[in-house]
Amino acid sequence: MGMISSSIARKVAMALSGLFLVFFLGQHFTINLTSVVAPDTFNSWSHFMGTNGLVQGVLQPILIFGVVFHFVMGFILEIKNRNARAVKYASYKGGANASWASRNMIISGLVILAFLGLHFYDFWIPEMIHKYVESHPEDPTRYYAETVHKFESPVRVGLYVISFVLLAIHLWHGFASSFQSVGFNNKYSTALTKFAKVYAIAIPLGFIFIAVYLHLNQIPH
Amino acid sequence: MKLTLKIWRQENASAKGAMQTYPIDGVEGDMSFLEMLDVLNEQLINKGDDPVVFDHDCREGICGSCSLQINGEPHGPDRLVTTCQLHMRMFNDGDTIVIEPFRAKAFPVIKDLMVDRSAFDRIQHAGGYISVNTSGNTIDANAIPVNKEDADDAFAAATCIGCGACVAACKNASAMLFTSAKVSQYALLPQGRVEATTRVLNMVEQMDKEGFGNCTNTGACEVECPKGISLENIARLNREYLSASIKG
Amino acid sequence: MSILDSKIPSGPLADKWTKHKNSIDLVNPANKRNIDVIVVGTGLAGGSAAATLAELGYNVKTFCYQDSPRRAHSIAAQGGINAAKNYQGDGDSNYRLFYDTVKGGDYRSREANVYRLAEVSSNIIDQCVAQGVPFAREYGGLLDNRSFGGVLVSRTFYAKGQTGQQLLLGAYSAMNRQINRGKIKAFNRHEMLDVVKIDGKARGIIARDLVTGEIERHSAHAVVLATGGYGNVFFLSTNAMGSNVTAAWKAHRRGAFFANPCYTQIHPTCIPVSGDHQSKLTLMSESLRNDGRIWVPRKKEDAEAIRAGKLKPTQLSEEDRDYYLERRYPAFGNLVPRDVASRAAKERCDEGFGVNKTGEAVYLDFAAAITRYGKEEALIHGMKNPSDAEIYNLGAKVIENKYGNLFQMYEKIVDENPYKTPMMIYPAVHYTMGGLWVDYNLQTTVEGLYAAGEANFSDHGANRLGASALMQGLADGYFVLPYTIGDYLSHDIRTGEIPTNTPEFDEAEKNVKDTIEKLMSGSGTHSVDYYHKILGKIMWNKCGMSRNAKDLSEAIEEISELRKDFWKNVRVPGKADGLNQELEKAGRVADFLELGELFAKDALDRNESCGGHFREESVEQSGEQQGEALRDDENFKYVSAWEYKGEPKDAQLHKEELVFENIELKTRSYK
Repeated sequence: MGMISSSIARKVAMALSGLFLVFFLGQHFTINLTSVVAPDTFNSWSHFMGTNGLVQGVLQPILIFGVVFHFVMGFILEIKNRNARAVKYASYKGGANASWASRNMIISGLVILAFLGLHFYDFWIPEMIHKYVESHPEDPTRYYAETVHKFESPVRVGLYVISFVLLAIHLWHGFASSFQSVGFNNKYSTALTKFAKVYAIAIPLGFIFIAVYLHLNQIPH
Repeated sequence: MKLTLKIWRQENASAKGAMQTYPIDGVEGDMSFLEMLDVLNEQLINKGDDPVVFDHDCREGICGSCSLQINGEPHGPDRLVTTCQLHMRMFNDGDTIVIEPFRAKAFPVIKDLMVDRSAFDRIQHAGGYISVNTSGNTIDANAIPVNKEDADDAFAAATCIGCGACVAACKNASAMLFTSAKVSQYALLPQGRVEATTRVLNMVEQMDKEGFGNCTNTGACEVECPKGISLENIARLNREYLSASIKG
Repeated sequence: MSILDSKIPSGPLADKWTKHKNSIDLVNPANKRNIDVIVVGTGLAGGSAAATLAELGYNVKTFCYQDSPRRAHSIAAQGGINAAKNYQGDGDSNYRLFYDTVKGGDYRSREANVYRLAEVSSNIIDQCVAQGVPFAREYGGLLDNRSFGGVLVSRTFYAKGQTGQQLLLGAYSAMNRQINRGKIKAFNRHEMLDVVKIDGKARGIIARDLVTGEIERHSAHAVVLATGGYGNVFFLSTNAMGSNVTAAWKAHRRGAFFANPCYTQIHPTCIPVSGDHQSKLTLMSESLRNDGRIWVPRKKEDAEAIRAGKLKPTQLSEEDRDYYLERRYPAFGNLVPRDVASRAAKERCDEGFGVNKTGEAVYLDFAAAITRYGKEEALIHGMKNPSDAEIYNLGAKVIENKYGNLFQMYEKIVDENPYKTPMMIYPAVHYTMGGLWVDYNLQTTVEGLYAAGEANFSDHGANRLGASALMQGLADGYFVLPYTIGDYLSHDIRTGEIPTNTPEFDEAEKNVKDTIEKLMSGSGTHSVDYYHKILGKIMWNKCGMSRNAKDLSEAIEEISELRKDFWKNVRVPGKADGLNQELEKAGRVADFLELGELFAKDALDRNESCGGHFREESVEQSGEQQGEALRDDENFKYVSAWEYKGEPKDAQLHKEELVFENIELKTRSYK
């Protein structure tokens, strides 16, 4: 952590790890989308991701590091930032000059963290157990059905929907703001910001769509 | 008009402060906010009480002395004005106005509404200059042409009055807008490029030492800045800092 | 006959400064390290002097009452800074700048000083550009100029309407470099309250830490006062709330002569007073007069109807308007110098033609300019038969480009849209040409005590031209003082550090403490502002834009009485050993109450009209200039330098005769 002791270096680190996660979200979404349009493709892609050595041995740890780093750094910064104003205002009109999304990244972030817990509980941990603990024989067609069944419970679907709304809020500020953090500000900025805002809404909306779609299109166990 | 003022009173830096309520009558729309406080102070003095202490000097929006968090916003509800240029016609009869000092760990309260903003000075000491001798002969002013756009941008950054509204508005009490304005002015001019690397590293280091928070790009600073200093400066600061860090 | 020695070098005008610089003593770099200099005030003059002296190697201590040197009131200067660069190729030269300044000052300044000012002016611009001051530029990347205040060339460099800010930040950046090197120690939120003299030489100051209330002793081999002007003696002025005469006045009490205190510049284009609560006045750049036409109603009943809110200015037809400047001064019209424009506005308002609710305002109307520019633009855009609305919109855009920020400021303060209805303006106290008397080396009559910038009297005579204040402040600080002070300090290389435990420091500190004690122990009947406002009213009504012997004599008595009452009955709440803004104000007003009296005495003595000083007894009796100011070169071609003798009214006058070898004295005519 010593390497990134300056405020700007931390900010850039947040932005870069965030951008990485944004990229991952897009990839995750693309695969998920196939569960709606082409279950077979979903199975084969999932199988590839779940068994490929490079993905499992290299990309997965990087991703986990990225997630953990983004959270830990987010917490550190939040604590530092709170300490920077020891005595609070009696009256503080934050809404007059900044969006709710930008002021409450810690709240949306925490919800996403909680969601990640649920998501790991739902998919990643069973997957790990399935593959590495219980050592079942590999079945390249199991993924679709397993996924669909996860969305049977309306409560779970509800939790997913809420989390994705918070994710949208988080991305609404975070994605566009990461360009500012890395110092990217030129004639392309407006277009890029627009793209980031569209992405921030479209991807979580897509995830919501998938969750609701699978919930409504259950297949027998 | 009649108003109720809730004002932070604090005897000195180490004392514990508290909000106190003062009713005030006879406020006119043509008064500036500070003139309204003058009226209050005159009343307090005549009653034998201590007047409210606040920083102010030029009262024309350029020296950057005046501050005040008014109803939750630095320099009050109006835009692109300092407190001294905020007029009471922005308020209505019967309003309650909450007046607090700019809050930040790096801006400790001296007394009442007056805070110590010398952290800003120390950031500038760390590198807010071009190392040229001030006397004797230098090259002719027109020997270095400067692209008009750059000159205009440098000027826009240089209009920062160092009032601290950016810090006061920021939920993180970050001083990035201020520091970026100072760095940008020199970074944009050919004269300033020579020392650009050490300047940005030193100024950011000092900014961090002072205990300001981190920038999270909420943009509150730009909205509340009485001089309209642009967020583009923060992007430029980030860029300058990154390239300086890489260069070492 | 006079004990005043201006120490002007001999020789031809253009060679004096070079010759002088070549002949004065220097201090070698190793010795500079052993010499301390105190600079009080950190505006353009003080900031630039401090930075340069530190850069040369002296140990500098700066003092300012603000929380940062960068907040000094130089920051509020709008228009620009003059320099005889002749970048525009319009025939400018050092001589022309010198000539314009002396003439503008109504022949009451020193030729040699003014010429030096013109000579170093170019170097100021070079210097400022090198240190990163973002002056306005043309598309080719070179510096832009504008014309100012009715001179015939474009020699004003500017940074939008914030030239003072940019130049001060430049000087402050130079200070930062030296603070970072440890060569300047900045004492902010400190106020100088006395000068300490040892063996007749200024060797230190007594200052009050405004936060802790502590009284501190600071010694040095020389003391520079760059503490600005004293316009706040009028209570309402365009000066900052904290601007004061205290440092200069304490120096005066310690033997520094005060020169020409009555020379005050009253700026014609300020936003009028809106009520009794008013704490200060706001200046609108003089450049507005390039396009605005100044008028009042021709008929008194119209003026009364406007004051009562029954009539709008836009409802008045052309023949019902009195464009009095164009009427009285057909040659210069709305562009007459500041003093002439101010007096003319006062004359109309005194006659009952004023237009705001207090009756003290005239109109500055842009309607004609908007139409004129609109038609031009329509022509450029090839519009045939444009409608009135189209013309208005095009014209308003041109005006917005030129004065947008001023119009916006006006609207914020007055709450009226100046694009739709004429602005209201009235003159306000803006700058004081008088100040501590200094010789050619900027040394006061106290050895080792220097005065720079607005705090001294030297360069502007009886009236200052626009964009010359910034030039003088920086010239003094960057280019004059660092040389001349070295000559004095060269005799101090063996003196060693000045101890502060001497009887002289004891006495000065006691003096300061006694004064504070006395201020704190008033009976407590009236606040400090109460006295300041009364003083301001006396000054404005009797020592303002037009003065006469009767009023001035009364003013002397009234101020003297007011001062007595002040010392008996002022109320300063709180304690002296901590932050106490009322105590700070009380000390400053106490000094204004003395200065005001000397001001009136000086104005009474000068029975002539010159520049900003207009005596009703001294006007042209006949001819084309009838009713205009009449200068009396035969009897008053001198600098009045006053020596403190107890009560201000007992001050003793010393005259420095002004010698004009290079310029022929003429009557200023703007008809």
